[in-house]
Amino acid sequence: MSNPNTDDHWLVRPKTIRYLWYILYGVLALTVLAQIFIKVKGYVGVDGWFGFGAIFGFASCLAMVLFAKLLGMFLKRDEEYYKEDETTEGGDNA
Amino acid sequence: MLEHLPPALILLAGAILIGILRGHLRTAVVLLAPLATLWAVWQVPDGVAATIPFLDYVIEPVEGSPLRRLFATIFAGMVFAGGLYAFRLAKWYELAAAYAYAAGAIGVCFAGDLITMFLYWELMALFSTIVVWCGNTPGARAAGVRYAIMHLLGGIILKVGIEGVVVHTGSIDLQPMQVTNFDTWMILIGVLINAAAPPVSAWLADAYPESSPTGSVFLSAFTTKTAVLALIMLFPGESILIWIGLFMVMYGIIYALLENDARRILAYSIVNQVGFMVCAVGIGTEMALNGAAAHAFAHIIYKALLFMSAGVVIYRTGKHKCTELGGLFRTMPLTAFCGIIGALAISGVPLTSGFTTKTMISQAAANQELVAVYLLLAAASAGVFLHAGIKFPWFVFYQKDSGLRPKDAPWNMGAAMMILVVFCIGIGVFPNVFYQYLPYPVDYQPYTAGKVLFYLQLLLFSGLAFFLLLPLMRRTETISLDTDWIWRVLLFRMMKTIGSILAAIGQSLNDWFKRVSAYVLANASHHLNAEDVNNDKEPGLLARSRPIGRTAMWIAILLTAYVIAYYF
Repeated sequence: MSNPNTDDHWLVRPKTIRYLWYILYGVLALTVLAQIFIKVKGYVGVDGWFGFGAIFGFASCLAMVLFAKLLGMFLKRDEEYYKEDETTEGGDNA
Repeated sequence: MLEHLPPALILLAGAILIGILRGHLRTAVVLLAPLATLWAVWQVPDGVAATIPFLDYVIEPVEGSPLRRLFATIFAGMVFAGGLYAFRLAKWYELAAAYAYAAGAIGVCFAGDLITMFLYWELMALFSTIVVWCGNTPGARAAGVRYAIMHLLGGIILKVGIEGVVVHTGSIDLQPMQVTNFDTWMILIGVLINAAAPPVSAWLADAYPESSPTGSVFLSAFTTKTAVLALIMLFPGESILIWIGLFMVMYGIIYALLENDARRILAYSIVNQVGFMVCAVGIGTEMALNGAAAHAFAHIIYKALLFMSAGVVIYRTGKHKCTELGGLFRTMPLTAFCGIIGALAISGVPLTSGFTTKTMISQAAANQELVAVYLLLAAASAGVFLHAGIKFPWFVFYQKDSGLRPKDAPWNMGAAMMILVVFCIGIGVFPNVFYQYLPYPVDYQPYTAGKVLFYLQLLLFSGLAFFLLLPLMRRTETISLDTDWIWRVLLFRMMKTIGSILAAIGQSLNDWFKRVSAYVLANASHHLNAEDVNNDKEPGLLARSRPIGRTAMWIAILLTAYVIAYYF
């Protein structure tokens, strides 16, 4: 990521990125801890639990990325797949 | 009679003038026609404002209501922003086609009857195809043909449904209907095709990214949202729409996650966002329909903003793949800023328009105690942040340094984007100003501490998931197969196979025929061949010449035989 002579923009320096991670972790912790003081109204029960939004958000993203990854194994094709060249194999999927 | 000029006709006249005029005059039309249309939109009173007798029917080309005005307003506003964005770059015919296309969308907004709706519906199909073709590449031409086939097919299905309803009920009124018979199913399917619903969602991600950088801005706004409006007017509370909508929401996320093309990511996220609206129409309560309308309004703005920022990138760099882009924030700060605002809005981050409109749909689901729907919508909100909110700006403007140092947006493109930025934030910060224009009275407060906290947790931890899972999301130079594979490859190959089988059958029939005719010819010449002067071969049996006496003798024998036969 750090290319010593060209990448001199402050935003991409490893140091900045490290700080950004710290800030992110700090903000994440704050949003969860804030639930001690702020009551999240649960509309369906579980969504009012402590930290539910955090866990649910993370877990659903994990599930979606993994599912997409799995589906990608079957669905991904080379960019030229649909191009007119009909003589090439075309890739029947297994 | 026509007491009120249909606003669509003003824009259509603008489209024609764009074709006729040149230079500054054309620019003036590009910028003023949408504003004149917007003015006309707000002159339309509630109720039927114009009628025309047509055959045995009375058609109602202009009928006003708060819902119709809301959609027409954002359509007209979008034409202005799009015109400002495009007028220096786009060819005149692309602008003219885009304006006629938008005129179709605005026409549908005020259509009081099914016949008017259908006419404007086809106007959209026709001119949006031309906008796709204006991408002016072999890919755009091919995609345009596929797009046209899909929409003409959808139009026919819609027409079949409308004919059925008109014949069986005698009414051409555009009014809520139950999906109970063949006619209404056809109408629903025809409308859903335009909404990019399964199983034909693929047309959207196939066609839109092939258009020009300016064309995709227009395309993103009208077709699918007109379909949402039609669903609100025709099928509110049709519960099957809930599940169709949820499928679209998930489909959009998964396919966008797999995608490498920047604009195709955005195209998939249109399907995703329209899914929220379709789901809301299915829920069908006043709050849900308000949510669908509000979300459509907000969506048009931030999705156009996203397509605009992607368009500037493509215009300046000529590249559109995530694998070729990156690090552009250095020289394109304005475009990056606008793209990020659009991305935050689509994700529904508090203080943006996405938050104040999308949460209304979730709230409607919660109020109806649709637990699964509510939780799936929440998961989808997280997924939107993942696939559009972070993925798009991250891969285009940050990630690696691609080494590209393009100039930032030209002034008009920057201005168009900034106008949309103002609305993205404005609707997010002052939701109540916006809510008063929704079709039903709003009893909803988006900014409660608990709700904001819940969504912040949801979104920020999605962000964490994105950066932790980044290795799993490495971009590959691939496309993902979709249901259009069935007709682009499977049916094509089947036709080719059938074709070659028929060719083989034809070939063997041909061979057989040749053999038979050779045999017949050989036999015929054996029996019929006349005397050949060059050949001393004996002529065929029926071609020989015989003496006249022998013939007379045979006649005498036959006559005798006849006389004998006569006597017995």
